[in-house]
Formats: sequence, C-alpha cells, structure tokens
Amino acid sequence: MKRVYVNEKWCLGCRLCEYNCAFANTGERNMALALRNLEISPRIRIEEGSDICFAVSCRHCEEPLCVKGCITGALSIEDGIIMVDEDKCVSCYTCILSCPYGAVSPSEHGAVQKCELCVKNRSGAPACVAGCPNGAIVYEER
Amino acid sequence: MKYVIIGNSTAAVGAIEGIRQMDGSGEITVISNEKYHTYSRPLISYLLQGKTDMERMKYRPADFYEKNGCRTILGKKVIGIRKAVRTVLLDDGSEIPYDRLMTATGSSPFIPGFDGLDSVKCKFTFMTLEDAFSLREALGPDKRVLIIGAGLIGLKCAEGIADHVKGITVVDLSTRILSSILDDSSAAIVQKHIEKTNIAFILGQSVSRFDGQTAYLSGGGKVDFDILVAAVGVRPNVSLISDIGGETDRGIVTDEYMRTSIEGIYAAGDCTESYDVSCGQRRVLALLPNAYRQGECAGINMAGGERKFDRAIPMNAIGFFGLHVITAGSCTGEVYEEKGDGSLKKLFYDDDLLKGYILVRDVEKAGIYTSLIQNRVALGDIDFELICEKPSLMAFSRKYRQQKLGGVV
Ligand SMILES: Cc1cc2nc3c(=O)[nH]c(=O)nc-3n(C[C@H](O)[C@H](O)[C@H](O)COP(=O)(O)OP(=O)(O)OC[C@H]3O[C@@H](n4cnc5c(N)ncnc54)[C@H](O)[C@@H]3O)c2cc1C
Ligand code: SF4
Ligand code: SF4
Repeated sequence: MKRVYVNEKWCLGCRLCEYNCAFANTGERNMALALRNLEISPRIRIEEGSDICFAVSCRHCEEPLCVKGCITGALSIEDGIIMVDEDKCVSCYTCILSCPYGAVSPSEHGAVQKCELCVKNRSGAPACVAGCPNGAIVYEER
Repeated sequence: MKYVIIGNSTAAVGAIEGIRQMDGSGEITVISNEKYHTYSRPLISYLLQGKTDMERMKYRPADFYEKNGCRTILGKKVIGIRKAVRTVLLDDGSEIPYDRLMTATGSSPFIPGFDGLDSVKCKFTFMTLEDAFSLREALGPDKRVLIIGAGLIGLKCAEGIADHVKGITVVDLSTRILSSILDDSSAAIVQKHIEKTNIAFILGQSVSRFDGQTAYLSGGGKVDFDILVAAVGVRPNVSLISDIGGETDRGIVTDEYMRTSIEGIYAAGDCTESYDVSCGQRRVLALLPNAYRQGECAGINMAGGERKFDRAIPMNAIGFFGLHVITAGSCTGEVYEEKGDGSLKKLFYDDDLLKGYILVRDVEKAGIYTSLIQNRVALGDIDFELICEKPSLMAFSRKYRQQKLGGVV
C-alpha cells in the first residue's frame, strides 16, 4: 500500500505540508480565507533542530499500537489506512499514550486527529505531498 | 478446530481478531454472562455523563460476530471446565466442547467486609453496564454520594455522575488520589482540579463502620450519604482455572504465549498477571491496551501461529473535567522534572533506561516516551537532554528515523 515517506535531507522546513494539511481538512476552497487568523492544527508536523528538519505523520503501521489500545474502537484499519471515527472517540488520549511516533494529536473538535491519507477530504491523495516543493515527502509503495 | 472464549470484552475481541489472522474457518464460540454486544467497559462513566450512548459504546461494529464467524452464547455463565474431556459447563446445564479454550474473564469488584454494610440500602459497584444502569436509577439532584476508593474507577464514576447529584465525597485510605499511578505532587494537581466541582476528598482515612445512611470514619468524623459506591479495588476472576489445578497467583499465571499451565487453555486480560518490563516483576495490569494485546497474542497462538507478548507495562491515559493525565511504567530511579502552571512532567530513569513518566496537562507525543520504556531503549543512544525537554524523533539517530519514517513499520 502507498504511504507517505520522508526524505529528511530534502526538507527545507518551509511548513507548506502543515498548511496544506490543515487546509485540506477544513473542507474550504480558498486557502487564504480558510486559514486567515487561524492557528493551524495540522496532522503532519515538522520537527526542527539546529541543522535538520523533517515532517512526521502517521506511519499507518502494520501493527498499529493506537488501534490495539483504543478504548472505544474509534480507531480502525480500513484497507491498511488507520482511521478515526470522530463520533465514537471520547478523547481519552490512550492513542496518544500508545503511538511511538507522536502521530496522534488532540483537536478542537472533541475527537483526536491523525493523518488519514486524505481519504475523507476532497484531495484524493495526500495534500501535504502534493504541495511539497522539494520532494522531501513522497507518497508511494515501498 | 473449535475455539471457545469465556468473556466477551477486550481480551476476547483481541483473541477473535488474533484467531482470524491465522484461521479463517475454525468455529469460534464466545460465552459471557453479560448479555450485551461487546462494549467498551471504560465508557460506562461516559454513558452516565451523557458523552456516549449504547450504540457508540459498542467496542466493535454491530456485524462484528457475523463477519468473524462467531457464535455467541450471551447471558450464560461458565461454571466449570472439564479438562479431561475438553468441555466447558454452563449454568443452564449445557456443555460446550473445545479444542482450544481461552479464559478472558476479567475481574470482579472487591468489597471488604465493612462493619454494618448490610444496613446500607442504596449501594453499588461500578464495573459493568448493568452497574451503570442501576446506579443511574438512583441518581437525583438532591442526592449525596459517598464513593469509597479514589482510584481510577472511583474517580471516573465520580466524574460521570457529578452533574446528576448534589455532591460527592470520596474517601480513601491512601493519602493521595490515584495512588497506584500518581506520586504526591502530581496527585495534588489533579485533586485540586477535581475539587473545583462538587466532589470533595477525605484522604488517609477508611470507613470503620456504616449505620444506615451514615459512614463513621477511622479519623473520628462521619459522612451522611444517600448513595454508596464501593470502588475499593478489583480481583482477577481466576477460579475457573484454579479449580482445575491451573497455576494462579493474584491472577492467572501464563507464559509469554499466553498459555496457562493447562494444555489447550490460554488466558488473557484482567484475569491474568503480566511480567512488567519496567520493573521486572509480575503484577496484575488491569488495563485495556494490555488486555487487547494479550488477547490477540493468545488468539494467534491458539490458531497455530507464534506470537509473544513480552512488552507489558502499566500505562494510563485519563482525563477528569478536561484535565488530561498520562502515565506509564514505574516511578523509580532519578527524576527529571518540569513544573508549569497546573502542569507537570516527571521522567524517571535508572540504569540508562527510562523507567516511567507522569505527564499532567501537556501530554502531546507521550507515546514516544512509552516506546522508550517498552522497548528498553538505551538512553545513551539518544539525545536524552532533548527528549527530556520534549518527546521528539529528533532525539533519535538518523538511522532510526530513516527506518521509521522511510520504511514500512
Ligand atoms: C469504570 C472503568 C473505567 C476504566 N477505564 C479504563 C481506562 O480509561 N483505560 C484503561 O486502559 N482501562 C480502563 N478500565 C479497565 C478496562 O476496562 C479493562 O482493562 C478491560 O475491560 C479488560 O478487559 P478483559 O477482556 O480482560 O475483561 P473484562 O472487560 O472484565 O471482561 C470480562 C468478561 O468476562 C465475563 N465473565 C467472567 N467470568 C465469566 C464466567 N464464568 N462465565 C461467563 N462470562 C464470564 C464478565 O462478565 C465480563 O463480561 C476501566 C474499567 C472500569 C470498570
Ligand atoms: S497513529 Fe501512530 S501507532 Fe497509529 S498507525 Fe499511525 S504511527 Fe502507527
Ligand atoms: S482518544 Fe479517541 S481514538 Fe484515541 S484511544 Fe481514546 S477513544 Fe480511541
């Protein structure tokens, strides 16, 4: 299955992936309007050090500890993609406790959020990858 | 192959999903004395709070048993195992044959023999959906509630009913709340937060006797109440295994393949003991993620696969009235501490290993710490100073990141 992979040495730290992720998941059509005055809360996050930076998002693990630990069954595997059922989630954060990569985060909407490879929004394929200017994240089979 | 699973909760679901990874056609029979579709036990307090409902509480979708080809026998209790002929005996007299059996019987509330307990009319425990329904019947805006036990179950119950009663008093023998997972300073923060509501604590005291609607405390004081909830502790349900000579201690004893000492019988979840890798001791870890992973491991092995579960540690994510707390491992060794306004981070390390942590309020990316404990990562191999400051993949080697972010994991 296709996943988002990181090429650390190409990352510029421009954070376009974060903006594209946040925008794709607003469901709005105009990025400037959608994100104006908004502190964005993307599902992909740049980690930045003195001389390196890289993007981190859900690995869609083959043995997803978040799914196995979820107390409600809100997390599930659908065709290899790890999905959140916002209706079922009670924000207990057991998944945040469980994910070894820090890929699940709280959201303002009462449920947790994580990368779902843009299958629920209208992008069709990961918007972060589409917007990366330097090939530092790619969406492919490995 | 005939698989029989006793219990229909987390560990049972783990086992069903484990079996089906290996064996698509073997017969699976699930037996539980609870009559409901598998539900999320921790959600019983959220149900009373109005934050979920019966439909959303389903731990797996409505078509789960059908899709996994399971027969369910619900509302019936297993009263014995006949290991010589490989059958289980139900309370209606019927007998069910098995080739592989799993006990996922969980635990039962433990109620000490308080003096005068019989004189209390309105009393409850808080473990099952049925318990939640009966407690809900008793609630009312003028009701005073006494909860014995300031552990996870007692406090979750308090949060669940706080809006539906006049006030709640929680009494615990320990001098801090959530004593099994928090230390003094973290417990104090959480206690202060909970005390902003109609919940009050009396700590370091026990109930010496009851007289009708009054509890007399060991410190000399008394509490008047309308509703009593006993949440003192739980005991693993081990008797099905101990009755037939299987090894049990505080919980059912298994090896890392979740096999009991009896041929063909496995056990998983709250009814078992685990080997806690954070402290090197066997203990009962009554936690949902542990129950699932043990169940899945048992299921895979029952169906002829080979899977070990040797990564058990205590781990808890809990929230009370919007304050989130995440803890894992054991609180031993040297301490790294950061204090903020109503927030706290404590990391415990020893022998070049992270042993445990407590995070209050700021809990983001906590799982990175959890993985350090569970995988026994040598702290010398990572940037420990950085990881103390914030959990991040930056603290790991480039090679580790390349594996995790550039490969299939
Ligand atoms: C109020 C509350 C809140 C909780 N919150 C959390 C939380 O936030 N996070 C967390 O990790 N954990 C939490 N837990 C613990 C969690 O619910 C358990 O770890 C989990 O349910 C264990 O699953 P299990 O399958 O081992 O056993 P259980 O869920 O206890 O299920 C065992 C089942 O077996 C049945 N059974 C037992 N004996 C027999 C028999 N002889 N015949 C037939 N059936 C039998 C029982 O009726 C029961 O249905 C909470 C528990 C409670 C009560
Ligand atoms: S959220 Fe974390 S544990 Fe879950 S699939 Fe993604 S990377 Fe894996
Ligand atoms: S926060 Fe939501 S998704 Fe995460 S473990 Fe809890 S219920 Fe499941």
